[in-house]
Amino acid sequence: MTEPAMRELADDPTSRKRFFRMMGGAGAASAFGIFLAACGGDDDDTQGGSSARTETEKRMDASGDLAIVQYALTLEHLETDFYNAVIDAGVITDKALAETAKMIRDNEQEHVDALTATVEKLGGTPEKPMTTFDSVLEGGPDMVLETAAVVENLGAAAYLGQAGRIKSKEILAAALAIHSVEGRHAAALNTVAGKTIVPDGAFAKPASMDEVLAEVQPFLA
Amino acid sequence: MFEVQPVTRQAFIARGALTAGAVYGLGAVGPFVKQAMAQEEGGDVAILNFALTLEYLEAAYYDQALKRVGGLSGDAKSLATEIRDNENEHVDALASTIEDLGGTPVKAPGVDFGKAFASEKSFLALAQTLEDTGVSAYNGAAPAIESTDVLAAAGSIVQVEARHAAAIRLLNGAPISDGGFDKTLDMQQVLDAVKPFVRAS
Repeated sequence: MTEPAMRELADDPTSRKRFFRMMGGAGAASAFGIFLAACGGDDDDTQGGSSARTETEKRMDASGDLAIVQYALTLEHLETDFYNAVIDAGVITDKALAETAKMIRDNEQEHVDALTATVEKLGGTPEKPMTTFDSVLEGGPDMVLETAAVVENLGAAAYLGQAGRIKSKEILAAALAIHSVEGRHAAALNTVAGKTIVPDGAFAKPASMDEVLAEVQPFLA
Repeated sequence: MFEVQPVTRQAFIARGALTAGAVYGLGAVGPFVKQAMAQEEGGDVAILNFALTLEYLEAAYYDQALKRVGGLSGDAKSLATEIRDNENEHVDALASTIEDLGGTPVKAPGVDFGKAFASEKSFLALAQTLEDTGVSAYNGAAPAIESTDVLAAAGSIVQVEARHAAAIRLLNGAPISDGGFDKTLDMQQVLDAVKPFVRAS
């Protein structure tokens, strides 16, 4: 899909409906679509019922969701930048691993695009952090793969930590669709690093915003 | 689909219940609907019972595979063992959560996985389908969950299901995900997907 087409989808509810008709039935609607739908005007108060919530409450919900989406966007930028730096530096020489890194990078870029559009639709200004991975790259392939595993496990925990705080059901659905992909990345990289795929056992643990931001601080320039 | 028109909790449950009737027989629908609709807290219980059924199915799959697939490689055997143990923990956690909420956990369904255990390859192929379906099922159901505690538990479980899916996909030489967003399935789609493997218990 082209960038202008995405814009059109984001801005025009009619084309959004067309998009869903197109995607409908096959269960193929992407979470990108979910994000856009989530932000489509003021009919997304899914609380419903007669206990009408005040405009102020709705605004507070939206502003909380905006902060969470911006936070997720920061993490996704960091991940995308990381894989781009790794790929550009040619640190990983194993062909299969290099392909995996590219595939994960593409996933993260999709997350960045979707979250960026969502921040805008929620009335915010998407922020892109400055990142630095020189110290990791200098450590060679082992350190790169180890760091990738750490970052992915952290990313999965970060989404899990926010799930209960997201007010919009549609943004929640989209966040979950990303969350499980981060879990997939984490398991794959753990396997590469010779670690268990489930470091927390049968129940993954969440991480708070403070915990996550402290962990990624070394990579923020 | 949630993304088009947010599905209400009631509609989600009702639609799932109708399909559950087709899958498990009419006897199963009575309690399913009763639990879902009768009381205020029923919605989460119905979703948890839906998840419990899937976890029973997955646990049984790996349990049988470990006994029946001949010449399972070391990697596949240790992964199947780890996943089976995880699924059993999910079963226990879901059942006790349902009881905590005043509900009655569904019994384990009867299962029949056909020729899936004929070889390691066919075992891993269906394992991938089951794990991917599990991920999509939790992701589809989670936004309909009322309790933030239950949502947190479901999120914690679905991430582990996604980890299983990725590990199985690595063994299959498949990409670890189909794009950047895991597909969402509603209850009916999930029940349709697992119907071939469920028998009256």
